[in-house]
Amino acid sequence: MAENVLKLIGIDSYIYLTILLFSVGILGVLFRRSMIVLLMSIEIMLNAVNLLLVVFSVYHQDAAGQVFVFFSMAVAAAEVAVGLSILVSIFRNAGSIDFATLRNLKG
Amino acid sequence: METSLALILILSPFIGFLYNLFAGKKTREISGIVATLAVTVSFVISVYFFQQVYVSKTPIVVHLFNWISLEGFTIGLDFLLDQLSLLWLLFVTGIGALIHLYSIGYMHDDENKDRFFAYLNLFVGFMLMLVMGGNLLVTFIGWEGVGLCSYLLIGFWYKNQSYNDAAKKAFIMNRIGDLGFLIGMFTLAHIFGTLDYAHMKAGFSLASLTSPTVFAGLTLAGVCLFIGATGKSAQLPLYTWLPDAMAGPTPVSALIHAATMVTGGIFLVTRMGFLYNVIPDVQLLIAIVGAATALFAATIGLMQTDIKKVLAYSTVSQLGLMFLALGVGAYSAAVFHVVTHAFFKACLFLGAGSVIHGLGGQQDIRKMGGVKSAMFVTYVTFFIATLAISGIFPFAGFFSKDEILLSTFEHNKLLLVIGSLASIMTAFYMFRALFLTFFGKFRGTEEEKHHIHESPKTMTIPLIVLAILSTLGGLLGIPGYSWISEYLAPVLPAVSEEAHHLGAMEYTLMGVALVGAIVGIAIAYFLYLSKKNVPSADEEKEGFGKVVYNKFYVDELYQAVVVKPVYALSSLFTNVFEKAIAYVVDGIGSLTGYISTQARLIQDGSIGTYLVAFVVGLCAILTYLFIL
Repeated sequence: MAENVLKLIGIDSYIYLTILLFSVGILGVLFRRSMIVLLMSIEIMLNAVNLLLVVFSVYHQDAAGQVFVFFSMAVAAAEVAVGLSILVSIFRNAGSIDFATLRNLKG
Repeated sequence: METSLALILILSPFIGFLYNLFAGKKTREISGIVATLAVTVSFVISVYFFQQVYVSKTPIVVHLFNWISLEGFTIGLDFLLDQLSLLWLLFVTGIGALIHLYSIGYMHDDENKDRFFAYLNLFVGFMLMLVMGGNLLVTFIGWEGVGLCSYLLIGFWYKNQSYNDAAKKAFIMNRIGDLGFLIGMFTLAHIFGTLDYAHMKAGFSLASLTSPTVFAGLTLAGVCLFIGATGKSAQLPLYTWLPDAMAGPTPVSALIHAATMVTGGIFLVTRMGFLYNVIPDVQLLIAIVGAATALFAATIGLMQTDIKKVLAYSTVSQLGLMFLALGVGAYSAAVFHVVTHAFFKACLFLGAGSVIHGLGGQQDIRKMGGVKSAMFVTYVTFFIATLAISGIFPFAGFFSKDEILLSTFEHNKLLLVIGSLASIMTAFYMFRALFLTFFGKFRGTEEEKHHIHESPKTMTIPLIVLAILSTLGGLLGIPGYSWISEYLAPVLPAVSEEAHHLGAMEYTLMGVALVGAIVGIAIAYFLYLSKKNVPSADEEKEGFGKVVYNKFYVDELYQAVVVKPVYALSSLFTNVFEKAIAYVVDGIGSLTGYISTQARLIQDGSIGTYLVAFVVGLCAILTYLFIL
């Protein structure tokens, strides 16, 4: 069954997809100003990597990659929770989540 | 038993020092008594040891512990009590105790007398260490210690800046000599592998003197140790500190700068006599330096008007005579003169102190005169000591000085002439001081005239004792049968220095010396008693007299030749080198500051910029790793 999936759509297509997803994430991080979008872009990148892990796990017939993805997703969930709560806190303090206006780290 | 007694002997003054240092403030009234007792204890033990060694004729060696222990090189904290050191111990502690007693009266009104007695005790302790040292290093501890105490006591009245300067001068001059001592010590340690006197002496026969390198080393060591001795014993060219050292209280001048510490150089050369005996060139150097100093200082003494300065220059001159004796190999004559000189010079200084005390601090002999009736005891004792130093028969100085001149006569006629000239001058200027101080009319103010009084008993008793010693001290070494040279024979290098054969020549010499002294006295009598001359005021002096009065401008010469260039060098260092270094260091600092100020601008606080930098950096790393 698993081999069928890869026969149906070749592994290179998956790789291109993950590259695409990852690039979308990076571009989101670079060009959007809202921190929520920033957080979402990071999630996209993370999931691109997760997808790649799963694909290669199937390709190599090794379950370890998929197990690893489960851990990664669990951690990502926690990270999002923490990240969002930080965002809420920033919003309360600064009244904005546009990071162009948050320049308190200026040296 | 002997170890513990020797320990008590040397520790007693140190304990007195500690007592007066820590408890003296509260018990100021008895500080002098404690100090005197501490030294008296040392004196009593010295007498005990002296009697023991005198009978047994074997030196007592006290080994406390190994101080420095290396492979093939050991230095112990050793004390050597032989005939030489015991003689020194006797007069250091004996005269020391008398001067402590005297100081009780002299320093009675001083608010810091506890500190004074503490220093005085510390001095005696170090002097004992110098004398008792069983090796050069222990002697050196004492040597440095007495230098320190000399410094502390010259600057005792520290509120007067010129006194402080005098103290510093003494210390620095001594440091120059101490460097010589150190180099000499290192050289000897290199040659013999030991610093122990006994071992060096024993190793001497083994050391191959035929080898030129060893001989050169010995010569170097001899010269360097002698430089050390010139510093401590105020010889040319390092003598200038001693006259200035008169800034200290008069008992200090008597104890340290006349009777004991300044004889340290004589002691050292005598101790190392076995070394000097094989390097005759250095001996000649010592004799020449001694004779030159004797004459030079005596010449300056002719014109001085400060009573303590007169005595100071006479001390330098007498020390020169002692070195002359050492140089011609007459060690026992030198030691004999050290002892008699300690008696009469201490007496003179204490007498001068008594006069100064009686006149309320006046030291200028031009402003004294006629105090003999008011201060009778002082007058008589001072007179006796003056007779002794002038070499009048039968006072102590006659015998010892005669011994020196006789020994010189056998070696070098020119040096004899110089030494005799110095002696005649001594007789002249000492009587000049005596006449101006005690005879004639009083030339001071009315107020001072009313103040004149005889000093208290604590001051006159030491004077009387010292005057008696100055009278009888000559018995130690009567020509023909010299007790002192017989006593010292076991510790002195064997030389053809047995009792002089008393022939017509010798008697003639004695007669000439005596006549010379009397001529000197007669001139002084004629000038200052018959014609009632008084030395002119400072600005009236002219010609050669002015040069002599100003001590041949030696201080000014040293100032120009040594001090000024050193100042110039140090100002060069502060103004040029230090500034250059400061610029370099400051430059590095400000460059770093500038770079970081510029680099700081990159960190603008915008997260976007950081993210761009992050991604660009990541891309660069990936490119480098996988594509290039």
